[in-house]
Amino acid sequence: MISQSSVLNLSWEQRRKLTGLLFITPTVAFVAIFFIVPLLMTIVMSFHDWPLFGERAFIGLENYQELGSDRQYLKSLDFTFRYTALVTPPIFLLGFILASLVRHNIRFIGIFRTIFFLPVVIGLGVSSLLWVWMLDDRIGVFNKILLDLNIVPKAQLFLGRPNTAMNVIILSVVWKTVGFTMILLLAGLQAIPDELYESAEVDGAGYFRKLLYITLPLMRRTIALALILSVIGSVLAFDQFYIMTRGGPRNSTISIVYWIFNNSFTYFKMGYGSAMSIVLLGILVALTGAQFYVLRERY
Amino acid sequence: MAAPSLHKALPSQSGLTQQDIRMLRRRALLALRYIILIVLALLFLFPIAWSFLNSIKLPAEALAVPPTYLPSQVSLENYEELTTYGKIGVAQHIYNSTVVAIITVLGSIVLSTLGGYGFARFNFPGKNLLFIMVLSTLMIPFQSILIPLFVMIVQVDLHNTLLGLALVYITFQLPFGIFLMRNSFLAVPLEIEESALLDGCSSLSVLYRLMLRLVLPGIVTVAIYAFINSWNEFLAALIFMTDQDNFTLPVFLTTIRYGIWGEVDWGALQAGVIVSIIPSLGIFLLLQRYYMDGLMGGAVKN
Repeated sequence: MISQSSVLNLSWEQRRKLTGLLFITPTVAFVAIFFIVPLLMTIVMSFHDWPLFGERAFIGLENYQELGSDRQYLKSLDFTFRYTALVTPPIFLLGFILASLVRHNIRFIGIFRTIFFLPVVIGLGVSSLLWVWMLDDRIGVFNKILLDLNIVPKAQLFLGRPNTAMNVIILSVVWKTVGFTMILLLAGLQAIPDELYESAEVDGAGYFRKLLYITLPLMRRTIALALILSVIGSVLAFDQFYIMTRGGPRNSTISIVYWIFNNSFTYFKMGYGSAMSIVLLGILVALTGAQFYVLRERY
Repeated sequence: MAAPSLHKALPSQSGLTQQDIRMLRRRALLALRYIILIVLALLFLFPIAWSFLNSIKLPAEALAVPPTYLPSQVSLENYEELTTYGKIGVAQHIYNSTVVAIITVLGSIVLSTLGGYGFARFNFPGKNLLFIMVLSTLMIPFQSILIPLFVMIVQVDLHNTLLGLALVYITFQLPFGIFLMRNSFLAVPLEIEESALLDGCSSLSVLYRLMLRLVLPGIVTVAIYAFINSWNEFLAALIFMTDQDNFTLPVFLTTIRYGIWGEVDWGALQAGVIVSIIPSLGIFLLLQRYYMDGLMGGAVKN
């Protein structure tokens, strides 16, 4: 704190300025130390050969050059984008259906909204532990049900083959995250005045025409926001692959973040991991930029 | 809302008026909506219910191949096994997660409140620039700065400590927290504060005695998010905690999933899943309104 006498010499205006600065100092310091400094360090480290211990060496663009010949890295990029492309539509469609179903304030609707949202509050790591067990070939409930209903002749190794692994992980992530999209879209739906639908009904418009000419156009921005947030989450996916498949089978489910994690914290090639982080950051900034662009009118 | 009926009820051949038909149709649609909702709700609840059912089976039954649908006997043995799992047992990990969560909540509240108040109510040089700096960190996913964070935390010897992990979590919460608290303070009418300031109260006591109560909903929202995010976080906890004694709950549960000598204790794992779900679920259910406020006020505007 500043001593009483020096404060007394300042005008009220100056004192307010100083107080304001003091209020924000801890916060800004935190953000600077834990966000800005690491961000700059990521850039610096990406130009270095940077093992956890031992000599660091400046190597210019070598890490970035290595990216081009790192087959697993390219595979991970491809996998992450494919995963994102596959997981986004079901999250969005189911989110939209759920939002439409819980839109009106009919009796008990709050309970349904809460139930659909519940998995969002559970950690992705824990939900992955729950799903990997349900998907197990010997002890899992899915195989039990499928076998009992004679849908499959023998137990399936859902996580043992690249295609089915992708599908069941998508199923688990949809369960875990769709409630979030539902709530976003619900807010958008409820912002549309009922009168619009009523007058459309008077004109004889059916469900699909109302959807096409009222709901979708008016929810453009909400939809874009829901899609972008969902895409960002998918590009950053890690927990589900680390826990459910350990990147397998045959390294087919290693996402970008997973590959950064392996390089940086298993092989301790931190400079190389930083170069990959910078690329990831670029992708994310572009996506967030798109998000701000979509939301620009509001602010 | 019901659409106003424009056509007057006309008698139809079946004896039902058109209004009757419309009402029946509406009822049938409503019933259909409820049926779909109930089926979906059951599907959504199924994983959690299934996990719970298995956690209260006898350990041997929880490991049965093929699995049984309902427990033949209710037992808490899986939970008991969890308390002695590995060499440490679950209590230590619950403690770790709780300590990290408490530090994260307190740190996030204090820093977000101070910062939010400063940005909302004071003018000083560089204010806009600093606020933009804070907000722009919302664009940086923490996954992309974990490497330098790890290097820094190792350098100050805070890796493998609960405090180190909590500091990282507080940072992840700050942009959202400051943004939310700034909006909360902006929503309070200026006059309330001015009279107190004219009476000679210091800014800090105005904040403490007057404003805190008015922005309490915002503080609760910040606290809920700090708790749930810290309690659930996996990747940073996995990286920063290298010593098993310091594992948070999710990281500890992952060690069960990979088992001891290849044997996975699925019963204990499900008991652990239930234990780690309960706090976030409980807080969400109790304080749902504040959670949703955060979603609308913060996450959406991120």
